[in-house]
Amino acid sequence: MIEFRFEGRAIAAEEGQSIGAALHAAGIRSWRTTRFGGRPRGLFCAIGACFDCLLTVNGAPDQRACQTVARAGDEVGP
Amino acid sequence: MSYDLAVVGAGPAGLTAARVAAKRGLRVALIDAYARTGGQFLRGAAQPRLTGVDVKLGQRVWAVERSSGGFEIHASTTTTAAILLVATGAHDKVIPFPGWDLPGVLTAGGAQALVKGERIRPGAEMVVAGTGPFLLPVAVTLLEAGVRVKEVLEANRPAPRMAAALARIPSKAAEALGYARRLAEARVPYRTGHAVVAAHGEDSVEGVTVARLTPGWRPYAWRTVDCDTVAVGYGFTPQVDLPLQLGCALTGDHVVTDDRQRTSVEGVLAAGEVTGVAGAPSAVVEGALAVHSLVGEPPPRLLAEKARLRRFARALDLSYPVRDGWRDWLTPDTVVCRCEEVTLRAIDEARDLGAHDPRTLKLLARPGMGWCQGRMCGHAVARLTGHEPAPQKRPFAQPITLADLTLHDREDNA
Repeated sequence: MIEFRFEGRAIAAEEGQSIGAALHAAGIRSWRTTRFGGRPRGLFCAIGACFDCLLTVNGAPDQRACQTVARAGDEVGP
Repeated sequence: MSYDLAVVGAGPAGLTAARVAAKRGLRVALIDAYARTGGQFLRGAAQPRLTGVDVKLGQRVWAVERSSGGFEIHASTTTTAAILLVATGAHDKVIPFPGWDLPGVLTAGGAQALVKGERIRPGAEMVVAGTGPFLLPVAVTLLEAGVRVKEVLEANRPAPRMAAALARIPSKAAEALGYARRLAEARVPYRTGHAVVAAHGEDSVEGVTVARLTPGWRPYAWRTVDCDTVAVGYGFTPQVDLPLQLGCALTGDHVVTDDRQRTSVEGVLAAGEVTGVAGAPSAVVEGALAVHSLVGEPPPRLLAEKARLRRFARALDLSYPVRDGWRDWLTPDTVVCRCEEVTLRAIDEARDLGAHDPRTLKLLARPGMGWCQGRMCGHAVARLTGHEPAPQKRPFAQPITLADLTLHDREDNA
């Protein structure tokens, strides 16, 4: 197991697991809000097609959580 | 270095093609967007040994171009090859309903990927809904992951055609029976002519409305079911962006090929779901056929197997269409385009202003203008304007950064 941080909170992930799956499994189902309605978004297609699950990883914005493999020490946020 | 063959997509079709091609002594590159090979179907499987294949993972191909020696395949690096095999697969086809944008609503393929590829339990209590035989393995996968699957809802009422098609392929019939038995053992009801027509919750799914459907999918007789997660899938949409960029002929939603996987464009082959959704066994056969078309005569056995599996796929396709009644599930406030948050009301207003085709509607109300490039809402938006859904040309098959583009320029000028 490795550990990364989501908004300061420690999240455990299996080796090779995506950030999106690790968050979802930790009970965190949304990690951004929409531009207009402020609605919560998390995983939807989970295979890289819908772009609902975007988040910021180590300062790089607009990363697909479902396609980004979690690495130890990653800092993740909306 | 330039390759003899570049394979885009490392699912069942692409993996098979790359392996067979390398064995035949071709210089092969296998390119995939994800960090592991396997595609959606083999996501959790052990990584195969691919001797003699240059495997390029984490490479999101955003464009392919003709060049003097064949093709340039642009991802974060550019690959050149004489022959291109497109094996980019498909993604779930979804239709909108109130609440489908709540966290906790997943695509059926996504729910399965989370179990098989990511080894997580997507929810505690789930409802699986949509249409097509894929719902059954998804439900069984979820059960095996420890999910309490409350119901499986098939919107269609599979016709005798389906039973006849199954009877002709004993392996498929046995597979279907196996799933049915697993669901029965776990006392999971499988209801035909039913659908999830709304999801409820504040910030995440807390329950769904299930309706009985008329044969045309108009809802009646509603009830609610408590659950924290929903998996929905209404078939699949082939990912034809790259063949479209190259001008390959399409029919309906998929690429046209001859019996040896050759598209209408010289040097471009296609195999697997991109040539029409038919499942992994068919993709494996087609991946092998594609290579045979390069190095000699394909074995008649493979050609016959392909024809048999394709016939079966055609029967499935006809048995599980998306029927128009889903429009009655929507309210004016229902989000149709998730990226741009375009509601049915906004779409109706644009139609009142004269947007009677998907393209005008997109320009006026913005459905399909967001990150996913219309992959999620394209089908619904086309139907809402009374048009047959058609693949959209995407000059960029993936959103890329300006940095990727400038890097690309530098390589060109080097």
